[in-house]
Amino acid sequence: MNQLRFTLNGQDVVAPGVRAAERLSESLRERLLQRDVKIGCNAGDCGACTVLLDGKPVCACLTLSFQVSGRHVETSSGLVARNRDAARLARSFHLGGAAQCGICTPGMLVSATAISTNGLERDEDSIQDALGGVLCRCTGYRKILDAVHHARKTGGLPPSSAEWASPGVRMNRIDGERKITGEEVFGDDAAPANALVVKVIRSPHARTSFRFGDLDRFVASHEGIACVLTAEDVPGRNSFGIFPQFVDQPVFAEGEARFVGEAVAAVVGEPDTMWWFDSEEFPVTWHKRQAVTDIEHALMVRAPQLHQTRARNTLCRGKVRTGDADRALAAAAATVSSSFRTSFVEHAYIEPEAGFARVENGRLSVHAGTQSAYLDLDSLSEILAMSTDRIRVVPTAVGGGFGSKLDLSVQPYLALAALRTGKTVRLCYSRSESMRSTTKRHPARISLRVGATRDGQISGLKYNGKFDTGAYSSWGPAVISRVPVHASGPYAVKDYLATSHAVHTHRVPAGAFRGFGVPQSAAALETAIDELANKIGMDPLEFRLRNCLTNGAPTVCGQVFETGVGIKACLQAVREHWTSARNEAASINAARVRRQDSTRRGVGLAAAWYGCGNTALPNPSTYKAGIRSDGTVVLHQGAIDIGQGSDTVITQIFANALAIENADIRLVGADTDETPDAGKTSASRQTYISGNAARLCALALRRQITRALNAGEDACLSIDGNWIEVKDSGDRRRLDLATVSANESGYVFVACETYSPPTTNLDENGQGEPYAQFGYAAQIATVDVDTSLGTVSAVRFVAAHDVGKAINPTLVEGQIHGGIAQGLGMALMEDFVPGVTDNLHDYLIPTIGDMPPVETIIVEEPDAHGPLGAKGLGEHVLIPTAPAILNAIHHACGVRIRQLPATPARIMAAIRNSADDR
Amino acid sequence: MTRVLQLKYICPSTLADATSQLNGDYRIVAGCTDFLPALRQGSSVGRLVDITRVHGLSDIRFVDGMWRIGATATWSEILKYPFPEYFDGLKLAAREVGSVQIQNSGTIAGNICNASPAADGVPPLLALDARLEIRNQETARLVTLGDFLTGVRRTVLQPGDLVTAVLVPALSDRHGSSFVKLGSRKYLVISIAMAAAVIGIDRAGLINDARIAVGACSPVAKRMEGLEAGLLGLPAESLATTLKVSTRHMNCLSPIDDVRGPAGYRLHAAAELCRQAVLKAADRVLDGPGHQRLMRAE
Ligand SMILES: Cc1cc2nc3c(=O)[nH]c(=O)nc-3n(C[C@H](O)[C@H](O)[C@H](O)COP(=O)(O)OP(=O)(O)OC[C@H]3O[C@@H](n4cnc5c(N)ncnc54)[C@H](O)[C@@H]3O)c2cc1C
Ligand code: FES
Ligand code: FES
Repeated sequence: MNQLRFTLNGQDVVAPGVRAAERLSESLRERLLQRDVKIGCNAGDCGACTVLLDGKPVCACLTLSFQVSGRHVETSSGLVARNRDAARLARSFHLGGAAQCGICTPGMLVSATAISTNGLERDEDSIQDALGGVLCRCTGYRKILDAVHHARKTGGLPPSSAEWASPGVRMNRIDGERKITGEEVFGDDAAPANALVVKVIRSPHARTSFRFGDLDRFVASHEGIACVLTAEDVPGRNSFGIFPQFVDQPVFAEGEARFVGEAVAAVVGEPDTMWWFDSEEFPVTWHKRQAVTDIEHALMVRAPQLHQTRARNTLCRGKVRTGDADRALAAAAATVSSSFRTSFVEHAYIEPEAGFARVENGRLSVHAGTQSAYLDLDSLSEILAMSTDRIRVVPTAVGGGFGSKLDLSVQPYLALAALRTGKTVRLCYSRSESMRSTTKRHPARISLRVGATRDGQISGLKYNGKFDTGAYSSWGPAVISRVPVHASGPYAVKDYLATSHAVHTHRVPAGAFRGFGVPQSAAALETAIDELANKIGMDPLEFRLRNCLTNGAPTVCGQVFETGVGIKACLQAVREHWTSARNEAASINAARVRRQDSTRRGVGLAAAWYGCGNTALPNPSTYKAGIRSDGTVVLHQGAIDIGQGSDTVITQIFANALAIENADIRLVGADTDETPDAGKTSASRQTYISGNAARLCALALRRQITRALNAGEDACLSIDGNWIEVKDSGDRRRLDLATVSANESGYVFVACETYSPPTTNLDENGQGEPYAQFGYAAQIATVDVDTSLGTVSAVRFVAAHDVGKAINPTLVEGQIHGGIAQGLGMALMEDFVPGVTDNLHDYLIPTIGDMPPVETIIVEEPDAHGPLGAKGLGEHVLIPTAPAILNAIHHACGVRIRQLPATPARIMAAIRNSADDR
Repeated sequence: MTRVLQLKYICPSTLADATSQLNGDYRIVAGCTDFLPALRQGSSVGRLVDITRVHGLSDIRFVDGMWRIGATATWSEILKYPFPEYFDGLKLAAREVGSVQIQNSGTIAGNICNASPAADGVPPLLALDARLEIRNQETARLVTLGDFLTGVRRTVLQPGDLVTAVLVPALSDRHGSSFVKLGSRKYLVISIAMAAAVIGIDRAGLINDARIAVGACSPVAKRMEGLEAGLLGLPAESLATTLKVSTRHMNCLSPIDDVRGPAGYRLHAAAELCRQAVLKAADRVLDGPGHQRLMRAE
């Protein structure tokens, strides 16, 4: 009874005890431990669970396990191991940089294999049809498309250690093999199948008081339930947050919940019990109360207040002022005013938050996906009232983060449950739980006014941005400090006043999301800049060139960079394409008018800048590296690779600085027991800051070796087994590492170094040196607008990015493509409405069919501080995309959209309004 | 917790077996692409009667002047089948259902029986004047698709009933059809609105048959009878310039505001989609036979 038999990857398998309504995805993962089958949504929306059923791709999450009895099921790892086409595709993905975080890769490989088995070369359309059902949030799909397209042609040898040390080489990801073979271990993949399961009980209302029923009786009367956890069970401080002065988010709400999806309790039980557990059975009664659900309401005098100590629902404010904006605006020949609105944007990584925890020898270990191991460690220590040395945080592979996995999610529940039960516990958020409860991009209400002189010089810019920071502070203060610094765009603006304001509402906390408020601001500013250029009759690109920052010109904070200001180079790099694309659009549109075709082509431009690292705050990263007596070089890699490739890039930087021929570099970590604090994977800081820490570490190690060998600091070093050899002006000397005594960790040489960027505090007018480096970008979007329906399809992007030095061009392109895809989503479709679009069916992100070709132009204006001159890139990539698209829409059909997303309905309404006006 | 025992999965291989299982607390399942996403954790689903292995139930055949599409024919199977060209609209819809994964599992009857206002299969089938064959243990009956759907998630199905086939009356080879779907992205998208058209054109080039249906703009997809009547007798060649569809033609619709779009926009879009669908359907006749067959390359 309930026994399921089928063929899995060529082997006959039997799974006992399968439930009638059990999904194949679950049986595969939990009963057959086939964890290369990923679950991103359990609803058919993401395709991560795609398997071949009798050769055809289906979603394992939409297949009842019993439906496959007697049939053939193949998963990604099985295919890659057994099927030649799949193996080729996998290699092509690896070499082509088509897997970033890798959570979508199994689904992609299975889907691609399904069309490859006949050995046919596929055209782009049929590849898109085949992969249209698998979402990827990292890559922007283009490298995936190319990898499938060129699968038959790719070959290549494994890289040599010399290549590792040469910056600018397209090294394959150091973790790439794991991502394509399905061996990568993400949050829920690490969890033991028999662990107790934690389920969080969450508020169904935006604001509600609540009372629990008899919890003891509930536990006693439900066999298999181990315990219930509530605020009372938090031994330490029942709150967490990013900024010490703003810590405010409870692990479990007390008395009142402040957003839909806020945790109030957790139930821990046996896996089978929890499979059947219906949270409606949990004894809690809700008393819905009047909620504040938008910024306007929150700021009203009589509005309910979220936090007693924060008057007018105001979390914090920011300001940058220089010169006299009012005067300059009054003197301007032309001005443009804009009110701009954006919505919540969801990170929509394909891997929901997941992990497991256990207690061993009195120490707690928490294994989960995170962007910040030490922040988790410190927060857990406070929450649990346990010293940090009794807690170990082990980050698993992260299936996409984009900022949201900087905050705690599953960790405190896992920790509390493991400590309470003494057993191994696991928790994997459902898609809607993930979307309801984790942070979002801040919705913004922006008003700005910008002026220009007759000859095209910006004359005055006033900016105010109000950001809905939701119920708790999270990264709100980071947005507020970053925005006024960046709201000028990459322009020299002498007269400037920018203010920012974070407002609490009874909505999901808004936190960190690629760009920290800058994408919203840039959308408002860059569309206004376009309008201003048009108004004074100047080409938008020439207008930007006329005003852009240059080396030696002060920013709005009064900061002066003598080198590395790359915006002019970016704009110049796209100039030729700009002219030809605009000309081409004109002739295409003329032909369409003749054909009575209502589609119009438009070409839009936007520029951006972005400061790497924390805003005017210390931002250190610490690295450790050592050499073992057998000659292996070990880099303790505390920076968490969330798919962007920091493991690879930082190793390249390290190898370059170490400059030891034939060095076999191994990575350890991230793991708070093994790796020092490299800081967070945020603010585009890992290449720059951790890269520098790794570089300093390599140099220190090198110094120790050269000293031990009595050689000059830049002597040539090489390793051969346990021998280190030095060549110094013709002289050769060798050291047998095996003869040198090693420290307790087995290192003969070991170094630990810290780097923090040189920044200063900002004064009350925001003057100072907020960042040690900025990256710059210019993007051109070409779109087609169907003016009869208001739909937009992107035709092409050209993206010039100043990265200082592209240490790994493949990874740079990967970031650019992925950022553009997110920018495209933000521009055209993404709108998170709490309680409404909390699934990937209603919350739409771009599919492979929405992403057009991207031409990337890498600009290298070396940075004074970056390792090898490199700058961060992770966030810059999406900042110009949305405004470039909005400007292209305007160019195509003459309407200015000032609300994101620019949905077909909004565009159509604008088109019809403008027709009425005429 | 004894629910484990209550639950059962049954996989009949004959129609008689299947219908005999349809009593008490049961649920028919086919591709499960509507059933599983809607299944709440912990909810009791009773007996699951999986009809995907009922012998012959997915066959597509031509019998007695009718195309007979078996209930469990998947969207992929429909897309692959060499239907006459007036099925192009249905195939276009098939190709737009979710993704390849969804098309490989999702069935035509599941789409209809789920009775979503946004079911992509319904407008093309309404335009084809489709009927449903319904069987239970005692009887079999035919119901037109228009009568079958009674509201959002409501149909005329009674306990014990199973839809066994979708029947489409044959048309002349001077009929063309099309389907246009409006969504906010490509792939995996629920329609904001959609329209399907079947247009017949006589040898003189005049329209002699017009069936137009709109989905996602009313609780149940609707035929646009006023618009259809106005097309009869018009010369097809000049349709591109003469055809005007306005929101007035859409007055039988009752769209709602939701996250996908406001009602006003839906109405406007429905009119435009109808226009496009009619033109495309007519073009398929005018272009004559030999235009590219709609099939996914295998
Ligand atoms: C990610 C995703 C995307 C989707 N995209 C689209 C889309 O773009 N367009 C669209 O129209 N739909 C879409 N759907 C919905 C769904 O795929 C289709 O409606 C599909 O055709 C349903 O068929 P099924 O066999 O999977 O139905 P099931 O889920 O198996 O059944 C659906 C319902 O019909 C009943 N039923 C099934 N067969 C019969 C029968 N023969 N007799 C009586 N009752 C029966 C079942 O009891 C159940 O209530 C999507 C679904 C998902 C998950
Ligand atoms: S998990 Fe199956 S489609 Fe997302
Ligand atoms: S690589 Fe595709 S989701 Fe991360």
